[in-house]
Amino acid sequence: MSVAQHSTSALGTVVEDVDQGTFRVHRKVFTSQEIFEREKEVIFGTCWLYAAHVSEVSTGGSFVSRNVGGRPLIINRDKNDQLHVFFNSCMHRGATLCREKQGKARSFTCPYHGWVYADDGQLVHQHIAESYAPDCNKDGALHLGTVRFDVVAGFIFVNYDKNAMPLDDYLGDAKGYLELIHEQGEHGMEVIRGSQEYNARANWKLLQENSVDGYHAEHTHGTYLAYIKSREGTVRNNYGGAFGRVRDLKNGHAVSESVNGTPWGRPNARWVSSWGPDVQVEIDRIYARTVERLGEEKAQFICHGDRNMLIFPNLIINDVAGLTVRTVFPTAPDYFEVTSWGMGSVGESPLIRNLRLRNYVEFLGPGGLATPDDQEMLELCQRGYAAQPGPEWNDLSRGMLAEQHGEANKMDEFQLRVFWRHWHEKMNSPDATRSTIPHLRVEAA
Amino acid sequence: MTLLTRTQAEDFLFDEVALLDDWKLLEWASLFTDDGRYLVPATDDPDGEPETSLYLIYDDRHRLGERAKRLLNRSAHAEFPHSRTCHMVSNVRVTATEEGVARVHCNFMVHRSKGPINDEYVGRSVYDLVRNSEGALRIKQKKATLNVQMLRPQGKVSIIL
Repeated sequence: MSVAQHSTSALGTVVEDVDQGTFRVHRKVFTSQEIFEREKEVIFGTCWLYAAHVSEVSTGGSFVSRNVGGRPLIINRDKNDQLHVFFNSCMHRGATLCREKQGKARSFTCPYHGWVYADDGQLVHQHIAESYAPDCNKDGALHLGTVRFDVVAGFIFVNYDKNAMPLDDYLGDAKGYLELIHEQGEHGMEVIRGSQEYNARANWKLLQENSVDGYHAEHTHGTYLAYIKSREGTVRNNYGGAFGRVRDLKNGHAVSESVNGTPWGRPNARWVSSWGPDVQVEIDRIYARTVERLGEEKAQFICHGDRNMLIFPNLIINDVAGLTVRTVFPTAPDYFEVTSWGMGSVGESPLIRNLRLRNYVEFLGPGGLATPDDQEMLELCQRGYAAQPGPEWNDLSRGMLAEQHGEANKMDEFQLRVFWRHWHEKMNSPDATRSTIPHLRVEAA
Repeated sequence: MTLLTRTQAEDFLFDEVALLDDWKLLEWASLFTDDGRYLVPATDDPDGEPETSLYLIYDDRHRLGERAKRLLNRSAHAEFPHSRTCHMVSNVRVTATEEGVARVHCNFMVHRSKGPINDEYVGRSVYDLVRNSEGALRIKQKKATLNVQMLRPQGKVSIIL
């Protein structure tokens, strides 16, 4: 541990002792400015980052603009239905080109000097063009800067490192779980309008830990469980024991999952009594149809199972009382921004869509009955780290023995260790290259 | 019902938010009708309807009652110890009275102080008010729309707006 205590880098900040069954993370990973700067470079600059879902740009001419990994992007579908991802920055002097969050556009005009880009990124007009040399864009350097991207099961990921491994390889066993989400809807899945853009005054990695941590549920969310009980009468609560399983999905990705192990209802599709008989009929119908489409075993897993999945580094997909897709990005060691979307099945009935939305915010989101308490816990941790160089190490040893026997469950911290091991490897990898922003157009994968 | 005057509407709203600032949350919840709703739309879709747009808060009468009860529990961690709030209500207008329902619009500003953090929540509310059998005003729906484009840096809506 002496390395971590005296070094200012991330080296030695994650330490495990298999014989003793201990796993520790140095608290400076949450407070160090130098580590934060390196994360921007090697974590957010070289990993695949979720950017958007194809349903958000479903028709020709539609676009969204948003920050992904701290960089402003335009994600659009051109008039020929081709997907593109561009940097949202004019190639002339850099002004933000697109200022609307979403919409339809055949072209993008820079508000500063009026350069115009077609929806395929080609520079098509320079205001008062006669003062430019005719060949000034011969090398194509003035066409809109493109970002490498790829799509899996409708999820659009980008990568700022042109040398990064292909998305399929990167996702490892998480790919199957993304496909499982896509399969929930008979006609696919879509992002529902209305997003939740919030923050917490804490380090971003605390949110990633929290999102797949079952151990905190009973204590942090006791009042939420009491709410469910007030509504349903009695409820299943496994959080006092050990249940479900956790899996290492490779490359720092992990899932925590169980079937029929949690107390809430699932819109797709696990009924609870307070939803009433009309909803029960609809839920039964969805289940029966899912069995028809995918077979009993898979239907049981999809409809009656819950999954909290972390895709390294900054994506969380929680398929629980609602289906939430959530990204996090730090703007400082002690401040992160979250954007969270709800997903639903394409073409589901108004009854189920309404139920889905009502159910989602029961637990999830910054106005839910649980998420604000999570945010509070992360901020309490962050404030606790000011005690350094008093206590310096977080303990994440829960289930170390179970892990060695391949038996870690949802109440263990195996899934957190999967994240930390990869984080530590990535941060200290000698070949972790400075992120490469393509200067010229690079064809998407 | 008789037309609700602006003064009557203001008196009711001022009393309502005083309950919130005094943390008399069960009394606040009792202002709602049995089918009452408390709604806060997404900051990027303020005109969306709760049945089709992901809201921040979509409470029916049961959930808003439980929200109030939960917040009084010391295990509602985001609000323990309780934050200090100051709700301000202005620009009150009564725009329509029909079928026994009065629609009241207002602007609001809520200042929340919790430990080292001070946050402001600014927005516009629309109330649908009715009179109960005793003639007292009750809230059939309160929709508080935050006039911010993102919930930053407030981060959460752990208080009642």
